[in-house]
Amino acid sequence: MMKKNKSKNSLNSSTFLLLVTIALFAVMYIAGMIIFNDRGFASPQMFLNLFISNAGLIVIGCGMTLVMITGGIDISVGSVTALVCMSAAYAMEKKGMSAYTAVGISIGVGILFGIVQGYLVSYLEIQPFIVSLAGLFFGRGLTAVISTEMISIKNELFLKWANCKIYLPFGTYNKHGAYQAAYIYPTVIIALAVIIILTVVLKYSKFGRALYAIGGNQQSALMMGLNVKRMKMQAYVLDGFLAGLGGFLFCLNSCAGFVEQAKGLEMDAIAAAVIGGTLLSGGVGTVIGTLFGVLIKGTISSLITTQGTLSSWWVRITLSALLCFFIVLQAIIAYTKKKNINKLE
Amino acid sequence: MRKKLIAVLMTACMALSFAACGSKSTGGENSDKKQITVGFSQVGAESDWRTANSKSMKETFSEANGYKLIFDDAQQKQENQISAIRNFIQQEVDYIVLAPVTESGWDTVLKEAKDAKIPVIIVDRMVKVSDDSLYTAWVGSNFELEGKKACAWLDAYLKANKKDTSEINIVDIQGTIGASAQIGRTNGLEAAVKEHSNWNLLAKESGEFTQAKGQEVMESMIKQYGKKINVVYCENDNEAFGAIDALTTAGYKVGKDGDVIVMSFDSTNAGLTDVTSGKVILDTECNPLHGPRVKEIIDKLQAKQSVDKQQYVDEEIFAADDTVKSVTVDGKEYKVTATTKDVISKRAY
Repeated sequence: MMKKNKSKNSLNSSTFLLLVTIALFAVMYIAGMIIFNDRGFASPQMFLNLFISNAGLIVIGCGMTLVMITGGIDISVGSVTALVCMSAAYAMEKKGMSAYTAVGISIGVGILFGIVQGYLVSYLEIQPFIVSLAGLFFGRGLTAVISTEMISIKNELFLKWANCKIYLPFGTYNKHGAYQAAYIYPTVIIALAVIIILTVVLKYSKFGRALYAIGGNQQSALMMGLNVKRMKMQAYVLDGFLAGLGGFLFCLNSCAGFVEQAKGLEMDAIAAAVIGGTLLSGGVGTVIGTLFGVLIKGTISSLITTQGTLSSWWVRITLSALLCFFIVLQAIIAYTKKKNINKLE
Repeated sequence: MRKKLIAVLMTACMALSFAACGSKSTGGENSDKKQITVGFSQVGAESDWRTANSKSMKETFSEANGYKLIFDDAQQKQENQISAIRNFIQQEVDYIVLAPVTESGWDTVLKEAKDAKIPVIIVDRMVKVSDDSLYTAWVGSNFELEGKKACAWLDAYLKANKKDTSEINIVDIQGTIGASAQIGRTNGLEAAVKEHSNWNLLAKESGEFTQAKGQEVMESMIKQYGKKINVVYCENDNEAFGAIDALTTAGYKVGKDGDVIVMSFDSTNAGLTDVTSGKVILDTECNPLHGPRVKEIIDKLQAKQSVDKQQYVDEEIFAADDTVKSVTVDGKEYKVTATTKDVISKRAY
């Protein structure tokens, strides 16, 4: 009876954080729709643009969520994105390789980062922050070594993918009365597929449940007979794969590779995960939450751009306020949880 | 459960208060249907030049002039500019003005603008796109003309000082290789060197538009050529500052009656201050005031007239003294301003 009570409680806190995030997003977006109704905020395309512009970040944020659930972190993902964009651009434009090879290279680069960082973190037990800090420097440095100049991608097949609009069966009329069908790009479908697959994996697979167990308490996970090191390693490799894939989606949006690309993206990914209810200490988090974290960030910047006169640095300020709010909320939940456990004991 | 409710309510309040911040300044607009909405995506605010550029746009497209400007600072990030343009499209602005942070990577989003039939005007840097019809016009500096003007001035200056037959040795501290400012300014110089049999281009090397690198390049050039150097052609003000430091440290006298003369580009406030003191003999302007020229294009487009694809802003020439009153390039005469403190204080940046 006691045990059941406890597990129900922890599940509740996780769903509760997720609900807060979703409610916040809904309130923000609806408020935007009401206030900026005359400026296109209510159009379905404005909503879809959130996904189009952030497809890469959604996928990268999912990887971040995975490692954060195990209690780790990966701050190299921004640099990996830059490296992926650069190597894909270099392969296609300077070496004449096909767009398919570029996809392979991108994902390969990501997985390689995942393997090395995962090995260092799980088997050599080095702090994930330091390991991925090294990864951050290395990735950015290697990008500059490949080329300090910007490479713009002109590969036909690649541009075909990048410009492939998928029209949806609904739309709006613009002010000239012309019908504009809403559209998405293939990147959005990939990002959503990643979300669905990872949700299922985290919720129902042995691997997914193990990640939560490791993040919750590594010692007890070990005593339960879980191969903690291997599971952790797998989480980092999967995170690397997602960074590679997300980097490629990012590249499809920007169609170029250059050194300064995606600077600070890792921080956006962490912020999205935290706002989405992932605990920095591990054990709690969902990719759906991270998706909403990304959407909230997108909505804030969209609101500020639409407003038109506020400095765009307000995006950061608002985001920091939200982060504080969620961290405090998490702390309160952790505190009440602890109190409940003490009571049970 | 009660706690939950309270938290949800708190969140809702917070979100509403954010939204309320935005609503204040939007009330009561859109009453005038003739108002033209312009969405401007700016690179950031990294330099005085950029700030002056933003200010010019904001002043030109003010509400008093019948415009509504939606200004977005991209904080040096291309992805921010891409989402800002998508936002402008959904807002159905009448015109999009883009000061691109990078040259490439704009095909997809500009195609979206074209599909929505919104004209795009590019300012400052050029964009490289597969299809030129993706933008309506480009406004920026004519860097090659800047170079030609500077060389025409040098020619006239040497003539006035009766040195037009003696051998003139020039070194070129180039900008970041591949930047349009570097390409144009270097081309201007190289063309002039070809025309003058007594001009020698001793060396050219990139100073990457920075003071530190400019100084380094100048030091190595001094080691190699020493007293032979007559003219240092720096492709921006920062490089000129570095070169002057290197020259004075090596014991050279810089200026009109000295061993070498230093020429520069951009005409920033600090650059022009060095012109008044004579350390920089000539500073050719790179004008950030793009607003009026963009407005001209929009006015023409409103009247359904055609516009030129490439448009240059007017740029001045600032010299240390009035030895040369004007220069002629390609049959057109350009006034040379003798720089005084008064001239600097009247400038916008």
